[in-house]
Amino acid sequence: MAALTEEQTLIRDQARAWVTEQSPVSKFRKMRDEDAPLSFLEEDWRAMIDMGWSGILVPERYGGSGLGYLTLGIVLEETGRQLTASPLLASAGIGATALLVAGSEEQRQRILPGIVDGSNVVTLAVDEGPRHNPRQVSLSALPDGEGLTLTGEKVMVQEGVAATHFVVATRTSGQPGDEGGITLVLVDAETEGLSRTSLSTVDSRGYANLSFSGVKVGHDGILGALDAGYGPLDKILDRACATTAAEMMGTACQAFDMTLEYLKTRVQFGQVIGSFQALGHRAADLFTEMELTRSCMEGALQAIDADSDDAAELCSLSKTRTGEFVHHMSNELIQIHGGIGMTDEFDAGLYLKRARPLEAAWGNQSFHRDRYARLLGF
Amino acid sequence: MAEDLTSFRSQVQSWLSEHFPASLKANAAGIMESAFSENGLSSDAEQWRQDLAEAGYGAPTWPREYGGAGLSDRDAAVLSSEMAKVGAFNPIPGLAGMGVTMVGPTVLEYGTEEQKLRHLPGIASGQVRWCLGLSEPNAGSDLASLTTKAQDDGDSWTVNGQKIWTSGADRSQWCGALVRTDASAKKRDGISFLMLKMDQEGVRTKPIKLIGGASPFCETFFDDARGEKDDLLGPLNDGWSVVKRLLQHERQSQTGAGAPSGGSGGGLSLQDAAKKYVGTNADGELSDADLRARLTSHLMAARAHAMTGSRIRAEAKGKVEVSAAASILKNSATLVAQARSELTIEMMGNQGLGWEGDDFTAEELATVRGWLSGKAMSIYGGSFEVQKNIISKNILGLPETTQKG
Repeated sequence: MAALTEEQTLIRDQARAWVTEQSPVSKFRKMRDEDAPLSFLEEDWRAMIDMGWSGILVPERYGGSGLGYLTLGIVLEETGRQLTASPLLASAGIGATALLVAGSEEQRQRILPGIVDGSNVVTLAVDEGPRHNPRQVSLSALPDGEGLTLTGEKVMVQEGVAATHFVVATRTSGQPGDEGGITLVLVDAETEGLSRTSLSTVDSRGYANLSFSGVKVGHDGILGALDAGYGPLDKILDRACATTAAEMMGTACQAFDMTLEYLKTRVQFGQVIGSFQALGHRAADLFTEMELTRSCMEGALQAIDADSDDAAELCSLSKTRTGEFVHHMSNELIQIHGGIGMTDEFDAGLYLKRARPLEAAWGNQSFHRDRYARLLGF
Repeated sequence: MAEDLTSFRSQVQSWLSEHFPASLKANAAGIMESAFSENGLSSDAEQWRQDLAEAGYGAPTWPREYGGAGLSDRDAAVLSSEMAKVGAFNPIPGLAGMGVTMVGPTVLEYGTEEQKLRHLPGIASGQVRWCLGLSEPNAGSDLASLTTKAQDDGDSWTVNGQKIWTSGADRSQWCGALVRTDASAKKRDGISFLMLKMDQEGVRTKPIKLIGGASPFCETFFDDARGEKDDLLGPLNDGWSVVKRLLQHERQSQTGAGAPSGGSGGGLSLQDAAKKYVGTNADGELSDADLRARLTSHLMAARAHAMTGSRIRAEAKGKVEVSAAASILKNSATLVAQARSELTIEMMGNQGLGWEGDDFTAEELATVRGWLSGKAMSIYGGSFEVQKNIISKNILGLPETTQKG
């Protein structure tokens, strides 16, 4: 753990206690089995709002606490441990970030207080195909005197069912692949011409595909300057990666703890299996990887809070390394548990099935390795 | 506190401007090379060593009465960062062999007052070089099965046996040796830590030539060698506790992310060296896409390692404690350094295959030699596998196997 402030330590302890007692993974399982319509439990989301978590990124003048990204990451790591489902990351993390990075004062005042009190769920819609590629945005937004008219598709939008607003990456000029000509647009989810389809995904979380057919948005929905949305989008995506990485870290750490516990208790050949060197060394490798990964995850969040020049590099580093670790760890979780690990009754599968969507979100490991290399100039 | 630090910083700055000779600037390799040549240190370097020793800056955190400067870890970090800023280098740890990094801290912990006063100042001034007699031909990772014997002859110890992998034994004045003092006790219980003078009839050293061409290690033979009674470090027959501590100090000293000796091509960053040898496509990306991906993974691992060192120091509010974390960092430092060498050789292609001669640049040859000598890193100081045993047992609390074998 990074050297935390007293306040951060309190928040972490509170989050750990709440998640363990009020929202253990058994609750996520129940939500999955009962097919909750929003793919999260509203009472849990309400409890998080009451604890102030939805306002961690939002400055005090808009109703939040403005404690920053590391603090949000500390909480997300705890919710990631028990797979607690909620719009905390998608809306209070990434949605709020979009407004803070690209929104005007008027837009922030209009939207942010609602993110904090839970009346708004704001989520980012970027991808249009199977792979994350923000330059390829093609959803068209044609300007006219009134504003913009949006036509096209967005896929795999996080919390797309619960969302009250979408921040949509649109193309206002240029060709898919161009950085220029992208514009960020805030769209009310109930606008005429916008339809959404709920997806059934391996992680049982809430995603939707969005279809825009002639959706009208006024000038007051444009976030930032027309055609110049790529820069802010890149910055928003960095923050999305760094916060997603915190959740991934929690998920992977819990998988590690479960595996270590099993190594200490499962008996075969008359002894606990953790005494076998082949398994002890794998545990040592996983532990080493966990420590190295944690440094990247925390380093990226601290770089964002400090507005460091290397924040973009560190966000790609963090997303790649946490992706690699949660991938490896979730596979080892199953393998080391053996037969029980394959059963639906045991929790290992839930962690494996959450790991892959998190890896894919906002660019998988290979996307971010490529980006890191470009940022370093090769 | 901050004020103290600032005033210490300016104190160091003015001390450096007064004492550090410009002729030695950014020339660590040259200083160490001359130290072991026939002529020894240049007069500037010798003066610099004396000045460092006088200020206690050779081993700055040791107490003043033993030749240190009594600095806190924070002040020592300030000293080393200020030295780095002006291109200054502390040759004393290198001159003292295993003295500053390993023997000294262990003597500080286990030594008697008389032993501290007798041994530490020579180490802290870089005038007495130490080696360590630990491994034996049949006691490597299984160190406790060592058989070198010390017999109590009343007024001294008589030592017989053979050590191996004794770094720099051929140019050391003292050796810290693990010896068996009770053959009837269980493996770990009959071992003691004895400090031996190297310049005596019963001690012979033979350098071992390694695959990189250099001979950093020796075989050391004890044939009725004499050890003094007052040179036993720690309790009789409890040398195992002493050496465990000493090895923690060793891991500690091997946790940095330094690459093995040899660069990557004229002081270029690894990625720039790759561009030079491999070339780039129209988008400015490395032409070899597979190498580019692996190079990226390596650079990420190196950064993760460096950030982990900083994180652990920040959490410990100072230097990394001699602790469990050292095993993690030792292994990751080694993986990073060895991978860097392998990648550098690979990207250099034919130029990364030279042994000597003018057809290869000095950088290229140094890289090849460094790649080879770097193979030692995952073997000495507890191999990869030994560190993983330590992590699984001491950190993760996994039990010892009860299997035979």
